[in-house]
Amino acid sequence: MLTTPSSLDQRFGLSRHVVLPGPLRLDGGALLAPVEIAYETYGTLAPDGGNALLICHALTGDHHVASAHPRTGKPGWWQRMVGPGRPIDTDRFFVVCANVLGSCMGSSGPASGDAATGRPYAMAFPVITIRDMVRAQALLLDHLGVARLAAVVGGSMGGMQALSWAATFPDRLDACLVIASTARHTAQNIAFHEVGRQAIMADPNWSGGDYYDGAPPAAGLAVARMAAHITYLSEAGLTEKFGRRLQAREQKSFGFDADFQVESYLRHQGLAFTDRFDANSYLYITRAMDYFDLAEEHGGLLAHAFRAARARFCLVSFDTDWLYPTAESRSIVQALVAARAPASFVELSSPYGHDAFLLDSPELDRVIGGFLGTGA
Amino acid sequence: MSLRPDLAIIAAHVPPGARVLDVGCGDGELMKALRDTKGVDARGLELDPRNVAAAVSRGLSVIQGDADTDLAGYPDQSFDYAILSQTLQTARAPDRVLDELLRIGRHAFVSFPNFAHWRVRLSLLWGGRMPVTRLLPERWYDTPNIHHLTIDDFRAHLAERGIATEAAWFLSGDKRTGGAAANFLAEHAVFLLRRNPAD
Repeated sequence: MLTTPSSLDQRFGLSRHVVLPGPLRLDGGALLAPVEIAYETYGTLAPDGGNALLICHALTGDHHVASAHPRTGKPGWWQRMVGPGRPIDTDRFFVVCANVLGSCMGSSGPASGDAATGRPYAMAFPVITIRDMVRAQALLLDHLGVARLAAVVGGSMGGMQALSWAATFPDRLDACLVIASTARHTAQNIAFHEVGRQAIMADPNWSGGDYYDGAPPAAGLAVARMAAHITYLSEAGLTEKFGRRLQAREQKSFGFDADFQVESYLRHQGLAFTDRFDANSYLYITRAMDYFDLAEEHGGLLAHAFRAARARFCLVSFDTDWLYPTAESRSIVQALVAARAPASFVELSSPYGHDAFLLDSPELDRVIGGFLGTGA
Repeated sequence: MSLRPDLAIIAAHVPPGARVLDVGCGDGELMKALRDTKGVDARGLELDPRNVAAAVSRGLSVIQGDADTDLAGYPDQSFDYAILSQTLQTARAPDRVLDELLRIGRHAFVSFPNFAHWRVRLSLLWGGRMPVTRLLPERWYDTPNIHHLTIDDFRAHLAERGIATEAAWFLSGDKRTGGAAANFLAEHAVFLLRRNPAD
């Protein structure tokens, strides 16, 4: 491996971190400088740079797409999809995955230090958008010497970024793969996020976001995660997994312990999340998702977002996903058809709701492998 | 790879480099042949998600959708050829699908099983039962074919709607059969159509 120059290049590899001078002009009008980005790369960049593939992560994801998480020790969040011989084949592709702007895993976010004050930004961090995340990724790719992407791939919020890539940098990508995602947040999507944000801000520990010297608003963040987690699962999935079964007891307690298995499960999910995620980051990233409306950015007509696109597109939805249901993918496909872009779309069947895109699905593997295998 | 006879005829008559929309493209067999042998820019629409997944995994651009409802979004004359093979008789409103085909494509290929083939006639006449043949293998209750038509029905419809026939091919098994007795001898037909410019 030492014969390839890229393996010696400190820019490439796992758990990388870079401070770019910026400034990055944000959609909200603010200038962000410097721009810190945590990222990982897998595989080897081809001499002609033609094999770069960007993976965009979801709301609470990170750049450890196929490597062990340094804090939890768990496998990468898409380990089953990314690797040698996997559908996103790192023997073929030079894979880049960057932590999004606003997050708390090493990229600039509310928990990062503000150069002006020497203290964490907290709520002084500027509100960001999905397009700002994409522009930060473009800065990173400039730094890595990647002019063009063979593909941008993302699920959920990652899919929003992939769509935003096609609209913002139409000349910079050849293929765009969008899984279980949407071109805009609906009133229902915004409503669920608002419940989460209010739970965080109602936690006395939140203190207007200025909690980095003390105890974080863990209780509020846990409730936010619990509410969101419900939206990632299907009713049938919950029923199959838990039904009305009681948790380690024979009878109802006639109290407010976690009598039901589903309660115990949600409490665990909420609590585990607070170990790895910053509450302010949760506020900022959910805000970015709520602001996302790709059509609005293009005169109200989604097809206009893809007018200059040169990429091939592939959209995948899941029949039990009620967070970003098939109808959302379909409206994106209609816009692509109107814009005469080469597009594929398939609705896959899964009992697991929105989370299906992260779980074992041979059909999804086949679609992704096939879409990336030809012409990419 | 050998294509189904009607698809082979269509493949032979699409010029290299053309833009083609295959409506009801199945697992993309024809699209793949057109792409690989003629450099055709082929797009597809298909109802069955398993077929769509198979086509996409071949690297083809195929959208899961319904010919009856999902053609409206395609811009006028955005393809050189729109293809509807063995799908017309499964549409809820085949006449409207045909109109859409001729709006989206400058030309349209349409192939369908001929319900007036002599074997079908015999089956009905002597057996008194809905025919189950090689090309119409399903029984009356599980057939996707809800609008059976004959070659003469189709010709009459074209005349009525002012649609011009540029070419037509009639098949019995894998063999070509004549135009005059086609309504009796042909198991299936392939028409190449275009909207009458005077229309």
